[in-house]
Amino acid sequence: MSTEPRASASSPLLEGFANRHRLRPLEMLPWAVIVACYVAFPDYLALGSQILATIIFALSLDLLLGYAGIVTLGHAAFFGTGAYVAGILAANGWGEPISGLFAAAVGAGAVGLLSGAIILRTTGLTLLMQTLVVAAMLGELANKAHRITGGGDGLQGMQVWPVFGVFRFDMFGRTAFLYSLAVLLVCWMIVRTVVYSSFGRSLTGIRENLNRMHAIGAPVERRKLIVYALSAALAGVAGGLLAQTTQFVGLGMLGLERSGSILIMLIIGGIGRLYGGFIGVPLYMIAQDRFSAIDPVYWYFWIGLFMVLVVLFARGGVLGVIARWRKREGAAP
Amino acid sequence: MTASALPAAIETIDLRKSFGAFVVTGGVDFRLEAGARHALIGPNGAGKTTFVNLVSGALSATSGRVLFAGDDITTLKQSERVKRGLVRTFQINQLFRRLTVLENVTLAIAERQGVAGNLIRPAGRHRAIIDEAYRLLEGLGLGADALRPVTDLAYGRQRMVEIAVALGLEPKVLLLDEPAAGVPTGDVGTIIETIEQLPPDIAVLLIEHDMDLVFRLARRITVLVEGRVLIEGTPQEIADDPKVRQVYLGERAHA
Repeated sequence: MSTEPRASASSPLLEGFANRHRLRPLEMLPWAVIVACYVAFPDYLALGSQILATIIFALSLDLLLGYAGIVTLGHAAFFGTGAYVAGILAANGWGEPISGLFAAAVGAGAVGLLSGAIILRTTGLTLLMQTLVVAAMLGELANKAHRITGGGDGLQGMQVWPVFGVFRFDMFGRTAFLYSLAVLLVCWMIVRTVVYSSFGRSLTGIRENLNRMHAIGAPVERRKLIVYALSAALAGVAGGLLAQTTQFVGLGMLGLERSGSILIMLIIGGIGRLYGGFIGVPLYMIAQDRFSAIDPVYWYFWIGLFMVLVVLFARGGVLGVIARWRKREGAAP
Repeated sequence: MTASALPAAIETIDLRKSFGAFVVTGGVDFRLEAGARHALIGPNGAGKTTFVNLVSGALSATSGRVLFAGDDITTLKQSERVKRGLVRTFQINQLFRRLTVLENVTLAIAERQGVAGNLIRPAGRHRAIIDEAYRLLEGLGLGADALRPVTDLAYGRQRMVEIAVALGLEPKVLLLDEPAAGVPTGDVGTIIETIEQLPPDIAVLLIEHDMDLVFRLARRITVLVEGRVLIEGTPQEIADDPKVRQVYLGERAHA
């Protein structure tokens, strides 16, 4: 601490800047809503669990895209890897769910580290193509190795043991929902910690200006690789979680459609704001659920229309609109 | 070349860079003395910015050597050179545009102090870094803008942030690539004052087009033409040299 009068005079001004990492009351809102939904919609807990797992997937993508500015169209590669790791373990005699998630994280993180070490040398469109290629290769690998993965039929016969050896996965989906909620809470804490850390701040520097990051002496390549592997591991947890709670893994979990739809969900919610997934994922998945019930043939059209409207009128997603609105309100008086 | 007892802050020996058959830097021998106020001038396309890129490590040389305080740093990466105190600014602003001015500087200081790789401790807990950044900005007259995003600032102010980020790295050698480029005439004075007030132990190499700036700040001038040193000397020697007047000042003198 400096004792210079100047520094202490400046301190109150800098208080807000220095305390950005403090938890704000509003950040409790998503958790309250999730718990309320658990109580209010007991018939929709299966959909709820899927939403929670997908929010983790969105969080992992936000860390990569929203903070570090690394674009990808192949993030499902890690989601699917995690799902297959957890699934194959559970189908072959190891159904303990928590260690299964750790294995999913390690497996997906390792794939992220290896592929990242190669493809992160490129940027922009080239990188986008490379991420697509990695996901396509893994998809083909899972398809060919059908003796282990079940190939196009999907992985059969998963046996997931009770959580902590006590809480069985019940037919109403209560355990699945609460288990997913707990895993989401842990993943959110990890991402939130990283985002507000010095490392996380330096990621925003990488996003904003790569040239300058090099010029201030940052080991940019290493930072990118670390965040890529971390994001991959978290995506793996999301995939492993979905596999455990639905007791199924299919090739679609590695597919381009999943990589694309998670991007859309994050865009709807708002990129680089940590909570984009908490808004975009339920909006998209509930809309998908409703539209496909009302209009089973053309529901994708309605999703598309919705996206066009977001891009036209709600740049920055829901959270972007709220931020602009709050800025205006704050500036008015 | 005058032999000096102290090693030069920066010395280049027969430094060359070519892109294919195109020679941009053709064997430059150059000394930036400790504590120097040295300007590098030359017509457009003389290879001034390429020279900065070679010295700072943004580009690797085709051949030749770069010495920093007597140590050979030719093969060091840019980030390793920065750690030793070899810092540059850019001709066109390279800032973290959507981040606040304060954050632009804290990022640099966090890198200098080696804490920027920490994944767990909140950046805000490094209060000493934030206070240092703020004091630096206050000293440059940017205190009031500290919490505004860079994009909200006028271009002249952004040029000051460009210098502030570099100063956050505590440079021993500062390469200023056209610090007044794009700055409205009324604001150039602020930039000149800032450079004049830099600590005397920082060796400054100023790459500049603006002759007023050069003759006010530099105690030595090197003229670069077509990737080679044409002449080096005091401002008076450069101003009086007929070759310089011909290739560089000539057009203006006739106009």
